[in-house]
Amino acid sequence: MIANRFVRRALLAYLGLVLLFAFAPIAAGFVFSVNSDRFPSLPLGSFTLDWYRAVFEDALVVESFRNSLLVGLAAAPLATLIGFAAAYADYRFRFFGQRAVLVLGLLPPTIPVVILGVAMLAFLARLGLAGTLTAVIVCHVVVCAPFAMAVARLRFAQIDPDLEIAAQNLGASDWRAFAAVIVPMAWPALMAAMFLSLAVSFDEYMIAWFVGGLNETVPVRVLGFLQGQVSPRIHAIGAVSFLVSILLVALAQMLTSRMTRH
Amino acid sequence: MDTKPLVELDGVSKRYGAVAAVDGLDLTIDAGEFVAIMGPSGCGKTTTIKMLAGLETPSAGEIRLAGRRVNDLPVWERDTPLVWQSLALFPFLTVLENVEFGLRMRGVDRTGRRRRALSWLDRLGLAEFAGRNVADLSGGQRQRVALARSLVTEPPVLLLDEPLSALDAHLSVRMQAELKRLQREIGITFVYITHSHSEAFTMADRVVIMNKGRVEQIGAPKDIFLRPASRFVARFLGGNNLFAGRVARMERDGAVVTTADGSFRVARAAAAGVRVGDAVDLNVRSDRISLTQQTGWSGNEVHCRLVSEEFVGALVNLHLETAAGTEIVAQLQQRDLEMLDLSPGTGFVASWHPEDGHLIVPEAPQPLALAAE
Repeated sequence: MIANRFVRRALLAYLGLVLLFAFAPIAAGFVFSVNSDRFPSLPLGSFTLDWYRAVFEDALVVESFRNSLLVGLAAAPLATLIGFAAAYADYRFRFFGQRAVLVLGLLPPTIPVVILGVAMLAFLARLGLAGTLTAVIVCHVVVCAPFAMAVARLRFAQIDPDLEIAAQNLGASDWRAFAAVIVPMAWPALMAAMFLSLAVSFDEYMIAWFVGGLNETVPVRVLGFLQGQVSPRIHAIGAVSFLVSILLVALAQMLTSRMTRH
Repeated sequence: MDTKPLVELDGVSKRYGAVAAVDGLDLTIDAGEFVAIMGPSGCGKTTTIKMLAGLETPSAGEIRLAGRRVNDLPVWERDTPLVWQSLALFPFLTVLENVEFGLRMRGVDRTGRRRRALSWLDRLGLAEFAGRNVADLSGGQRQRVALARSLVTEPPVLLLDEPLSALDAHLSVRMQAELKRLQREIGITFVYITHSHSEAFTMADRVVIMNKGRVEQIGAPKDIFLRPASRFVARFLGGNNLFAGRVARMERDGAVVTTADGSFRVARAAAAGVRVGDAVDLNVRSDRISLTQQTGWSGNEVHCRLVSEEFVGALVNLHLETAAGTEIVAQLQQRDLEMLDLSPGTGFVASWHPEDGHLIVPEAPQPLALAAE
């Protein structure tokens, strides 16, 4: 009993340390983003929102947020649609080369992003798209679709394949059965896939940097900052980016865990 | 009763590669009939019902519903709702919305479908659950929701794929009675797939017994029970004792069959249609066998030894073996056993009346199934 309690406490302490290790740098970023000192050092100076003001008065930063938003809102629904369709095909049909198609669909995240970025840049340059936001959108669709597909597959694994056929048996044509059964059942997964794609797109740096040219997304802009000078403005951008990402991931997670209720 | 055939299967086959799941099936079902299709796993019964529903396309032959060929009609254009083994209720809809589904897909307006769905829920004793989630219902209630959902469009025929197999034994027996009553009341044809003898024999007007994609026997439950048409049916139903032999001679009041266990008489009714020299299986139901410890009690006697006893409530199955190695099962009342010595190896005389014997004539060679194509 005592040994048990000791083990329990030790494990809790260990968990605390892991969380501290993971989140301390982020927390530090938050703290220094509202600290008046020019350099991150202790003791802290006074509370200020100057750095946030500076960030949002910087036209390049605002531009990068606008770009990120645009890319995310264009890429996430497309990636979700493609990923969902691929997962549905795998769930509903049996066809030759099914496993190969599945593996191909899930492949992009396993390729080093540098290679992916260079390859995409070379390809898009031939199409005359290099350096445009369209290029970033296209690339982010490719990067996000496997994540959307993975989330959709999780959901399909829980849907009894008889349900859709049962709907057809009750007079629903194949499209109506899809709309009346698969869409409502997969809806939380669709939303989760969408938020996850948004988060992935919002955080993605390397490919956006390769193919985006002067159209900088937020992570690209942050790196631009870091190369120039170390300013507490970095912490302010970091804090905002972190909040956006974590919110999207949390939404995705909430929807995914809600799926198991049905 | 309208006797125009409602469902016709005409030489229907379904092949998966070289394997025939259903092989030249001929079956006609009348309007208002309750037909049970029964057989062991893989006999083709599920494939048959799926072809009726349009979930599988026949490789050969023709399926007609009310005289109309439906082979190539898509699932949703047939009016052949299926009650699924898994029930396949829609978990994201309420009980009422589940029942309304078929009407909604057929474009019935909101008030109309609500009224009809509610009346079916009422009829099946589910009215108070209309607003509930299906996950909150018990197994028996879900079963009835599945029935209501399929019946709400008032189809000419309802297909049921082992719908009671998920229920416990007690509930299953209650649902059998309920299903039978419902079918009589509404007069809709039921085609019921099962591997359970009790379900098929309790409810059906006619039972179809399938094996390896072919029909072994079609008939009223009692006829099949008393006069199995083949060795397979006799074995599948259980409780039958088979003696392989040959018709030795015909007599005025019946026939004499010679088997490895001796010669046995059968009554004339059972011997109709056989000739001297025919190879036959003599079948005697286990509940018609009497056990004594002396000979001379009846005409048909065979000496055997007790192997084991199997207690089944009020009845006891005694497993015996003859000198020739034939296994015999005798089903006796518990009280009949009191006078008998039941230690294994005890010698008995098994006997039965000539009227209790029934002859199975092994099938003539099958005509080629594809000859008609």
